[in-house]
Parts: sequence; structure tokens; C-alpha cells
Amino acid sequence: MPHIKVNEDLPGIRALLAFSPSTAAPIGELADLLLRSNEGLSMAERELIATYVSYLNDCFYCHHSHGEIAVCYLDGDRATVDQVRNDYTQANIPAKLKALLNIAGHAQKGGKYVTAEDVAFAKSEGATDKDIHDTVLITALFCMFNRYVDGLAANTPKDLSTYPARAKQIAEKGYGSHVYTQPAPVAV
Amino acid sequence: MAHIDLQNDLPGIRGPMLYSPATAKPLNALAEVLLRDDNNSLSRGEREFIGTYVSYLNDCFFCQNVHGALAGHYLDCNIEQIDGIKRDFLQADKLSDKMKALLPIAASVQKSGKHVTAEQIEAAKTAGATDKEIHDTVLIAAAFCMYNRYVDGLATWAPQDRQFYVNRAPSRAAEGYVDFDLSK
Repeated sequence: MPHIKVNEDLPGIRALLAFSPSTAAPIGELADLLLRSNEGLSMAERELIATYVSYLNDCFYCHHSHGEIAVCYLDGDRATVDQVRNDYTQANIPAKLKALLNIAGHAQKGGKYVTAEDVAFAKSEGATDKDIHDTVLITALFCMFNRYVDGLAANTPKDLSTYPARAKQIAEKGYGSHVYTQPAPVAV
Repeated sequence: MAHIDLQNDLPGIRGPMLYSPATAKPLNALAEVLLRDDNNSLSRGEREFIGTYVSYLNDCFFCQNVHGALAGHYLDCNIEQIDGIKRDFLQADKLSDKMKALLPIAASVQKSGKHVTAEQIEAAKTAGATDKEIHDTVLIAAAFCMYNRYVDGLATWAPQDRQFYVNRAPSRAAEGYVDFDLSK
């Protein structure tokens, strides 16, 4: 049960956004800017970073939600998304993304855990300054989202079959106020 | 030296914000609503102190000094007093019992969302905290876990003279987080 009284019909962060629309607006804008861009990193790569960080933070709602969105962008390749969670070094993803996931894993612990060696390695694998900037900020953003969701004990659907429909909605419409002003879709 | 070429030499979060103005806009808009909006039953000083305390726990020098100076400005404390409250907020005369019940929630959020306990929430409600105050405490703490990682994850530099932050606090308090010149 959530720690505060929120709309029980909305799952996860959606109920928190509905509780506080004034903070939901910049939060939605940040998610849209950082996750719905193909500049440098693809939308799929951005969602994989978000999934990995949420998995490290043990946020069930976020890592399954963003994992399913990544599955949408990867044309149904759930095996790759699962492999990124379990051991990204063995996943079928570009070497550059592996080097960026290394940075994300360190920034998840704390900003100071990102070393000059981590950054030099990512650059040697072809990461640009913008790729590194976006990786650090996506990681930081999910360290916020994960804490927001679990810190208020938001409702977390345990049934994984409910996640694809919401993921499809985000893949089609992006982030924004529609995720809490409209009922969450329940079927693909 | 920062991990990437930020194309400017501004300190702390202002470096990456000028580098990436598109994301700076909602980052600042979120800070404005959470920390400065007057439609809130927690004072600006109380909210800045929550940000300061989480930044202290995250060992982010730039953020804990910027926001510590702002908290001091609003709460009429000098920097040594703010340091004392960071070390032991339970003994602080400047903080209400409600704040003393909200800060443990912020400290749990700093570790991870799952560290917040039903007992902490109950204690905050008993001390008079509303659902919105609990929501804002959790989101301020979570937001500083983001800002702190942005600042230190890119290895931005920070002025080491803490008086720098104290001197800037009155104008930063007046300008707010939205309508200000990043480069000044």
C-alpha cells in the first residue's frame, strides 16, 4: 500500500505524477528529452540504460516498465533486454553501449564512483562527450525515479503480462501528462 | 577537470547545464517547484535543508554548499550552524519536530526508496506531516540523488572557499531557479 493517499487505479509512478501535477510536468519533460531522442544514443539504448539502472536499484516497477519499452524498440527482442539486466557484458549490444553501461553502473552507486578510466574506456569505444553526458544524466534521472516510486511505496503490478500494454503506449505516444490523465491501458 | 569537454568553465551543475540547455530547463523547473514555490506548507528554508542534508549524505561538495548557504539564508543560520544541523539534526533548535521526523525519511531515500519504513511514515504523520509534505520530502531527496550524481558523475569542479556560496545565497534566493543567468 502506498505511504500516501493516491489514485489506486494508476500503477507505479503514474499515481505519484497525478498526485503532484506541478512536479509531473518537468519530470515528464526530462523523461521525454532523455529517452525519446535518437541523437547519438538510440531510444532503445537509452531505455536499456534506464532498465539497467532501475534493476541495480531493485525497482521492480521501473525496470520492468522500461525493459518492456526497450523490447518494443528492439522489435520484441526480450532476450537481449534480460541479458542486459543479468550480465550486459555478454549481451548482443554494441561495445560502446557496454562501456556506457559500465559508467551507468558506477554512477548508480554515486557520482564519485565514475572514474577517468571508465570515461577514457568509453571514449576508446567510440562514445562522444554527449553520449557520456546523456548516460550520466539518464542514470541520475533513474536514481530519482526509482527512489520516488519505492520511497512512497507506489502500487507495483506484480503481473508482468500487464507491462507490455503500457510500454506500447509510451513507445507510440512518448512521455507526458497523458500517462496519468488517462486510464492506463490494460491490453496490447 | 570534468570528464567531458563542457565548453565552458562554470562551476558545479552550471557547467553541464550550460552544455545541455534543453535538459537544464526542466531540471531547473523541478527545483523551482520543489524548493521555492510558495504554495507549500514546508518553508523554503526547510526544503533547502532537506536538499542540503541529502547532498551531505551523498558527499557532494558543490550541492551541499550551494543549498546549505541557501538554507542558512532562509533559516537565519551561519555556515557553522548549518554544519552542526547536518551532523545532528535531532538536536537542532532551528528545526521543528515535524522536520525532525521528515529528515529520517530523506536519509532513507538517499540510500534507496525501499529503505523508507512504514514506521518512519507513521512518525512523520504523528508529528503533523501531511501527505503532500511526505511526498515532497521523498521527491526532494530523490531529486538531489539525481542532481548530486549529475554534478559528481561528470567530475565538475567546485570553488573550495565556502564563503563563495554564502556570498551568492541572497541573490540566488531572490532570482530563483528559473529566471537566472547560468553564466553569472
